[in-house]
Amino acid sequence: MEGRKDQTLAEKIFSMHCGRDVYAGDVVLADLDLVFAHDTTCAWLLEPFYQLTDRVWNKHKVFIFFDHAFPAPNLQIAQFHARIRRFANEQDIPIICEGVCHQVLIEKLIMPGQLILGADSHTPTGGALGALTIGAGSTDVAIGMATGKCWFIVPETIRIEITGKLKPGVFVKDIGLLIAKTIGPEGADYKVVEFTGDAVKNFSVFERATLTNMSSEMGAKAAIVEFDQQVCEYLKARRDNFVETDLTEQLKSDLNARYHKILSFDISTLEPLVAQPHEIDNVIEVKKLEPEKIKVDQVFLGSCTNARIDDLEVAFNVFKKVKRINKSTRLIITPASREVYLEAERRGYLKFFTELGATVTNPGCGACLGRHLGILYDEEVCVSTSNRNFMGRMGSPRARIYLASPATAAASAVTGFLTDPREFL
Amino acid sequence: MNWIFGDNLNTDLITPGRLNISTVPEELAKVVFLEYCPSFSKEVKPEDFVVAGRNFGCGSSRETAVLALKACQIKAVLAKSFARIFYRNCINNGLLAIITDTSNIEKDDELELDLEKRVLLNKTKGIHLQLVLPGLMLESYRAGGIIPLIKQHGLDFLTRLTE
Repeated sequence: MEGRKDQTLAEKIFSMHCGRDVYAGDVVLADLDLVFAHDTTCAWLLEPFYQLTDRVWNKHKVFIFFDHAFPAPNLQIAQFHARIRRFANEQDIPIICEGVCHQVLIEKLIMPGQLILGADSHTPTGGALGALTIGAGSTDVAIGMATGKCWFIVPETIRIEITGKLKPGVFVKDIGLLIAKTIGPEGADYKVVEFTGDAVKNFSVFERATLTNMSSEMGAKAAIVEFDQQVCEYLKARRDNFVETDLTEQLKSDLNARYHKILSFDISTLEPLVAQPHEIDNVIEVKKLEPEKIKVDQVFLGSCTNARIDDLEVAFNVFKKVKRINKSTRLIITPASREVYLEAERRGYLKFFTELGATVTNPGCGACLGRHLGILYDEEVCVSTSNRNFMGRMGSPRARIYLASPATAAASAVTGFLTDPREFL
Repeated sequence: MNWIFGDNLNTDLITPGRLNISTVPEELAKVVFLEYCPSFSKEVKPEDFVVAGRNFGCGSSRETAVLALKACQIKAVLAKSFARIFYRNCINNGLLAIITDTSNIEKDDELELDLEKRVLLNKTKGIHLQLVLPGLMLESYRAGGIIPLIKQHGLDFLTRLTE
């Protein structure tokens, strides 16, 4: 009998979850380690769930997050919350109100090698820990909550090798925008994106999470970085149940694994980038737009892409020299999670930002999806550290959203115009 | 009639995130394309086709995009390609999402769908188009969604239909 062929990391994780060796193109019914939904998508899964069963398959493996609009900003959302609370109480499962689901999952729940299904398109974020975290709609997640299983076509992998060292003032977000510009909004559709290369090895877990997060905008089914010492150290410090075993051989792609394609990016000469309205791949260097003096009404430092403690630190570093923000620009800072919020508090950032005139909000998705905490009006311009600049995403369809790094966002808050951050760093 | 759209039409344009806080399909149907194509929700008729370019339904996982279109009783969404989660959501809710070459379909072309032969006849232009339509999509459409299909045949059945 033929032995096991070399596999990608994604193929390995799928094999571990369906009891046989599987390869790209195989159709599988896989066992899930964890299933989650949030304060919107959970409401839509109740009906299909109760059609299948009246109990979740494992109450310790099902999680609900209130993050998209919490606390409830209006009656409709309050009704959603109330219905979901009733469901959670009935099923004896927790509702976590500590920030954006993807960030809290990284801080507290995801383990390397797991297969996770989430009712949110940015679920690939969790791949920063070497797990396969896949986004789905509410019905698929209802089936997952009811049975602990989901059907998949094992995806091909696009391997993205990132080498070189970023120049000062250039950040991982800029790499994400570069990749978006290069492969476009469906460049990774149905595929797993595996990030690798010397640069990625040196990135922190949080920097990796910015990359995995943005792969959603290119259609990726999941994104992943192989397990390594960085991940090991991160988990040792945070998980009581993490046993330090050598997962490095197990949780990486084999030498002769087959890829859909391999892309290489040298980031040494990369400049600060921005995605202009209304497409993720409408990307240009910030300095090329500076002469246009694009007036910025709102800066949003938040979301599952860039609202971690490192991101707040970058913003702090931009502000600390000039100690001011433009008086006609609203700066809204929404830390990704309670942990980020408390660490920012401990470091004095929250007081500093607040005294500057920023509005610091509770952790969560915040203004990103236009439901609360900073909705844009007609013709307004927002520089956002999030991942979507779709028309109408943050409020009025006539508003304009520019996606950028926390440094570019902070520099733009200082000047009131879209600004290259390097003069402030 | 056929509602013609371009490439990368995202779920926020289909059902805007701040307006889709409902689980009632008829309510969602009122906001479908509300800002992007305001005439749609008022003028769409049962059996109309939504015709688009590449990557239809990209963006959010929110199933409202599919529920709202289904509540409008359109016949099918035809596109050159679909975003992954939207496509699964169509399978799950029994809305036909069909991959075909939509380049030459115009607003008033009379279209006839033959699901058995997996062919679309453009009667106005006299063109036959081949369709990509997996067994799972078709069976779920006929059953009225994936949940009735699972209840009838079990989960394993889904993988057999996909292969």
